[in-house]
Amino acid sequence: MNVAIVGVGQTPFSRNCGISIRELCFDAFREALEDLNLTPKEIDASIVCSAPEYDKQRSPAGLISEYLGLNPQPTFYAESICSSSSTGVKVGYSFIKSGLHDIVAVIGFQKMSEISSAEVQERMGRGADIQWESPFGTMMPAGYAMYARAHMQKYGTTEEQLAKVKVKSGKYSLVNPLAMFRRAVTVDECLKARVIASPLKMFDCCANADGASCVIMASEEKAKKITDTPVWVAGIGAASDTLSTTSRTNLTGLDCAIEAGNQAYKMAHIEPKDVDVAEVHDCFTIAEIMAYENLGFCKPGEGGKLIEESQTYIGGKIPVNVDGGLLSKGHPIGATGGSQIRTIVLQLQGRAGKTQVDGAEVGLVHNIGGIGLYGNVTIFKR
Amino acid sequence: MFVSFGKFGKIGYVSETKVADFMKYLGQGKIMATRCSKCGKLYFPPRADCPDDLSTDMTWQPLSGKCKLLTYTTAHFAPTGFQDDLPYTIALAECEEGVKVYALLSKDINGKEIHIGMDLQLAPLRLSNGRITYELKKA
Repeated sequence: MNVAIVGVGQTPFSRNCGISIRELCFDAFREALEDLNLTPKEIDASIVCSAPEYDKQRSPAGLISEYLGLNPQPTFYAESICSSSSTGVKVGYSFIKSGLHDIVAVIGFQKMSEISSAEVQERMGRGADIQWESPFGTMMPAGYAMYARAHMQKYGTTEEQLAKVKVKSGKYSLVNPLAMFRRAVTVDECLKARVIASPLKMFDCCANADGASCVIMASEEKAKKITDTPVWVAGIGAASDTLSTTSRTNLTGLDCAIEAGNQAYKMAHIEPKDVDVAEVHDCFTIAEIMAYENLGFCKPGEGGKLIEESQTYIGGKIPVNVDGGLLSKGHPIGATGGSQIRTIVLQLQGRAGKTQVDGAEVGLVHNIGGIGLYGNVTIFKR
Repeated sequence: MFVSFGKFGKIGYVSETKVADFMKYLGQGKIMATRCSKCGKLYFPPRADCPDDLSTDMTWQPLSGKCKLLTYTTAHFAPTGFQDDLPYTIALAECEEGVKVYALLSKDINGKEIHIGMDLQLAPLRLSNGRITYELKKA
């Protein structure tokens, strides 16, 4: 039995969205149900995804399921930081595949403006191993910056190549009305921007945002009654790596992404060259370059060259993040995976508008939690 | 004298641990790893429990402190409590015993001198507020 995505939704990603988390989730849920032959009462389980350190609401699944009219059906909470909603989709897939549930709603959200900048600042320090690494004042950009430095040393990757990832992101952000930053940038602007954690500068980094996403999943039998355009989950991979930097061996790629990708390719019976369009977790420009390599879109060390040659633009070898990616959309942690999945589903349904990749049949989503801590790769087919 | 682990680092988030003796040794100028008595695996940062054979029979072993720089970044933004130290350079180094260490590079090292592969010396560092940590100095 196959499992389908039947509906997808996403709110605009923004700073200070001005509405509450339940309302954010409702807006994404409403879009996901548009044009479907499905009512909330027919959804037999919900999975709510967020990173709880940014939530004021304790146990948000209770609140969200009530507001979306999903009681008394069971509701669950999934968390893997930045990849929480991909984790939710994996759990949803398992529910449907096992026969426990037929139709599942996966709702991801984050309202990062809910807590003050000072509170965000304090939480940022506790993302690393709090016993042995946080006491040195580290945070997310520093972690990825250390990968960037090692990648540059080993492969000759340049700051210009990193900047070119953001230039691509900026170009596609102009045609994504849901993106937080909708502006083209030049390589020169990127290189002159203030340093956050060397060699990463402001435009190498994504930004916190408020937003929600929703993915409706269904069994094959139900999916065909709900929509004429189901998109099939062809492969799902998930892996973890050590939280501590000191236990990592690969400093130029994310092993959890390589492992998750291998699992997903194997399950989908495809190779990297078969992917028509991909969404990768570009929380930092270096993360996109490593994703090219870790997913097999190019050889290790050739990620910089791939963007240099514009091979990840529409018309290139493998279009990547043609919705602007996290770098332009913003990164409301729990909602990000669902937003990536939405982009790929719209591509495979031929509904991607100005960024439609002609004839896209196979799409891939790469969603990472933490600094290469949780790897999630999901492959979809038309 | 017993020193709580809570005194480790510029800011500590963990005060209770089975490896609190690490602080006693650090106060004596020694940076200690642990070795599993059963499988012989060396752990740094020290662990009290070996996941490979579920043994808790560990012995303390000093590190020579001789390291090579694997990667680094100079941070210009910091979490709460670290802002006054900016900019600072966070480094990952490999010790000659094969284990890795995550620490700040000493402020004495000139930015232009920093390069991957450079020799470093891991050493205890007493902070002005009575806390204690370790840092990577020029070898």
